Amino acid sequence: MIESIVDFFGDEAYARQRRRLLYLVLVLIVLADFLVPREHAEYLWERLPGWSAFYGFGSCVLLIFVSKFLGHQGGLMRREDYYD
Amino acid sequence: MTEFVHPALLFIVGAVPIAFLNGAIRKAYLLLIPVLAILAVLAMQPGSYGAAQFLGQDILIAKVDKLSIVFATVFTIMALIGMVYALHLTEAGQHVAAFVYVGSALGVVFAGDYLTLYLFWEGMAFASAYLVFAQGGEKAVRAAFRYLMVHVTGGVVLLGGVVLHGLATGSFLFGPIEAGPMGAGAYLILAGFLLNAAVPPLNAWLTDAYPEATVTGAVFMSAFTTKTAVYVLARAYPGTELLVWLGAGMALYGVVYAVLENDCRRLLAYHIVSQVGYMVAGVGIGTELAVNGATSHAFAHILYKALLFMGAGAVIYVTGRRKLTELGGLYRTMPLTVALYMVGAFAISAFPFFSGFVTKSMVVAAAGEDHRALVMLALTMASSGTFLHTGLKLPYYMFFGTDRGLEAREPPGNMLAAMAIAAALCIAIGVFPQTLYALLPYPVDFEPYTGVHITESLGVLMFTALGFVLFLKALDPENTISIDTDWFYRKGARFFMWFAERPLARYEKAVSDVSETAALPLLHGTARAGLRADLNGVDAVVNGVARAILGGGGTLRRLQTGVVTHYVLAMVAGLIAATAVFAVVWQ
Repeated sequence: MIESIVDFFGDEAYARQRRRLLYLVLVLIVLADFLVPREHAEYLWERLPGWSAFYGFGSCVLLIFVSKFLGHQGGLMRREDYYD
Repeated sequence: MTEFVHPALLFIVGAVPIAFLNGAIRKAYLLLIPVLAILAVLAMQPGSYGAAQFLGQDILIAKVDKLSIVFATVFTIMALIGMVYALHLTEAGQHVAAFVYVGSALGVVFAGDYLTLYLFWEGMAFASAYLVFAQGGEKAVRAAFRYLMVHVTGGVVLLGGVVLHGLATGSFLFGPIEAGPMGAGAYLILAGFLLNAAVPPLNAWLTDAYPEATVTGAVFMSAFTTKTAVYVLARAYPGTELLVWLGAGMALYGVVYAVLENDCRRLLAYHIVSQVGYMVAGVGIGTELAVNGATSHAFAHILYKALLFMGAGAVIYVTGRRKLTELGGLYRTMPLTVALYMVGAFAISAFPFFSGFVTKSMVVAAAGEDHRALVMLALTMASSGTFLHTGLKLPYYMFFGTDRGLEAREPPGNMLAAMAIAAALCIAIGVFPQTLYALLPYPVDFEPYTGVHITESLGVLMFTALGFVLFLKALDPENTISIDTDWFYRKGARFFMWFAERPLARYEKAVSDVSETAALPLLHGTARAGLRADLNGVDAVVNGVARAILGGGGTLRRLQTGVVTHYVLAMVAGLIAATAVFAVVWQ
């Protein structure tokens, strides 16, 4: 069973199904976020359904591009023989 | 049955026979000691053990309370898992080092005074350094030396702080640092602790050394050094404001570097920095919920991080490669490793029903309750980064992605078994958090499984996955290394050597040249001239005078014949001369 699950995530044959599954899960999560009760919301954003989806996506994009910017323009990334 | 057997003693004394055992007996013995240690921790009663006096100071070998028991529990469990993973090794050295390392970490956890703590602290540094040296090869040996030098420096800072603190307070007993303004001693102790917790800028020893350690050694290293540091911080510095900001900063620092990383274990090492950030921030917030969160997160972290290191180690063991740019397509040949690795990845990313979900969220909730919105947002952003790297980027490029056609197979059975135990615990903690919560230092009033918490976590994580899918090309690993704060001592040491070899050596040569070409001949000439003046001038005068006196003396001596008639004749001649003079003068 494990092999077939791993295969589903690896094999090119399932690429379309994988993508569809991802989008389905994303939609379900946002929908669920609108339905769950929020009695303890302390901050403004905690009262906004869908905030965590927005924040997660934003964080991901920000981390990728800020890090790569620091790596390439900020000089953090160097050739492998830098210390040799 | 005594009520307290020190588990450190079991490991450190228990390390001795390893070298003399072989084959199946050694394997059984390697598992027996951790099992005994787990039992010793389970049987333990809170209290103080081994109080003594040493050089007029109070010593307390073991102080047992809930905080030390929870760390000792996970340390002994981890020792067992690590031993299962390393069971196939034939050389005794690594087993001995691992035993001494685990024993020292347990010694720190129970230390009731700073001197005991310091001794075990240094024991940890040396034993763990061996696990890097054992890898062999120039790169590993150099990294091991750097690791050792950083830790010995940290140890000296700690010792200095302990002495100053002891002089200031009059006691070496280890406990919470008094509230109010901290003295120099307390700051030095804190610096020593922060170094082992890998808080930037004191973090680079970790990401420098762990990827160079042996496959099995790195598993032990990922579990013990930073987590003992979290323990001592939780013991001595709860509620220290500085730690909140350092912790939140390091949670993000680790994930930023993880984007750039190409070496699989270095990427995981940067995630230790990130995850320990949650614990440091939790200790800094210092409320009961926050300290519980930091403690439980350390517990969960040890297990899932070891699982991740075991998965990456299995790939390195089987393929001999560690760079993401050289890996890919292994899911066909290593499906079990993939599945077990992914359990660790879900646990570190805090997916519901995995351990990180019930522990990390305590720290984030504690930040929220303490009205620290910025810290809460920073930690949530770091969660997104964690899933991005350990849950998506690393497995994608290591196991899926471009098939490099590597020859691979599943790792040995003992490695898979160790990973399976860790994975089972990651899931068990996630599904039954109450068992772990019962171990925590304070009573727990926290419910992780609320609807909103589940949808929020999944929202952050799955939309991170969307970002990953959309910007996959931007994440492609590159064949580079990243500059971290080790730059200062790696380049600094090089500059020091350059300074010693070039300017300093040249200055020394110039000075000796001047002395050889100008100063020495001048001195020689002066000396010769002095000698000549001495011989020809001074000596001539002295000799001349001496000769004249000698000659005069000789002449006079000839007059002193000793014959009475000569003297009479001289007297008569004198009389005649005197008479003649008298006669002439008085005429």
